[in-house]
Amino acid sequence: MKGEFDIFDIYHGLERNNVMLLFKGELTPDLINSILHIVEEKMNRSDTNLKIRKKVFNILVECLQNLYHHNQIKSSDIDANSDFPAGMVMVAEDDDGYSIMTGNFIASEVVSSLQKKLEEINDLDREGLKALYSKILDNGEMTKKGGGSLGLIEIARKSGEKLEFGFAPLNNMNNFFSLNVKVNH
Amino acid sequence: MEDIRIQGTPKTPTVNFISSEGLLEIKGRSIPENSIEFYKPLIDWIESYAQQPNDSSNVNIQLEYFNTSSSKCILDLFKKLEAINKSITINWYYEEDDEDMLEAGEDYEAIINIPFKMIEVEEI
Repeated sequence: MKGEFDIFDIYHGLERNNVMLLFKGELTPDLINSILHIVEEKMNRSDTNLKIRKKVFNILVECLQNLYHHNQIKSSDIDANSDFPAGMVMVAEDDDGYSIMTGNFIASEVVSSLQKKLEEINDLDREGLKALYSKILDNGEMTKKGGGSLGLIEIARKSGEKLEFGFAPLNNMNNFFSLNVKVNH
Repeated sequence: MEDIRIQGTPKTPTVNFISSEGLLEIKGRSIPENSIEFYKPLIDWIESYAQQPNDSSNVNIQLEYFNTSSSKCILDLFKKLEAINKSITINWYYEEDDEDMLEAGEDYEAIINIPFKMIEVEEI
């Protein structure tokens, strides 16, 4: 059976890109445990060194918790049958190292402030990120959902690479936010 | 005062706070979604302990992973320890080659007015 949506093609696509894990759906604390466990086990079986494995794990923890806390959609104009807000997370390996990619829904009114935060982070070097991290750690307000932009700063520090991100408008109220974090060998 | 003994889980650390020995130990992983819930009782315990501390206190932080949600709670915990006016050391353990964990300890050392001892171990 060959339709326009062929699971075998998707499988090959994932294999070609060395995707270790792909998840789409609503995250729960138990699911986060399982995802972390799967990725950790796969990395332990690879010849990746401890330092890189720890970076990937740490970044994945922050990414999953960002998805868990911040995935939201303003509902009035969304089809009630859809399974929004489904977040996505993908971990892939290539010759350079690992990529941790996430996608989630955010309200249009927070796009510009999030974009500004990410650009500020990308403008900083290692020392700048360290200083900003310590400043927010010491002075920043902490809520149940976390510590402001501490998670994103930590992701950038652990990665050592610039954060790749994008916003795709879904309608006038909602955007799909994608983030790609690289950890190179 | 009553000791705290908590078994670790995949997301929360093992905790041993034993007042008679002046031992405060946090080991394992600290990556819960909501860290405040976990750390509040520990911070409260230190507040009481600081009123009648041992002549010397050893704080052993031996974490394999901690998330940013825990990092603020750990700082709050250290800030409560600053009130102890007797001998106290924070022993910060990190796994061989784990420079990120060493640097995380140094971040705290720069903020907290308590002597830190950085201890490299083969495995956490």
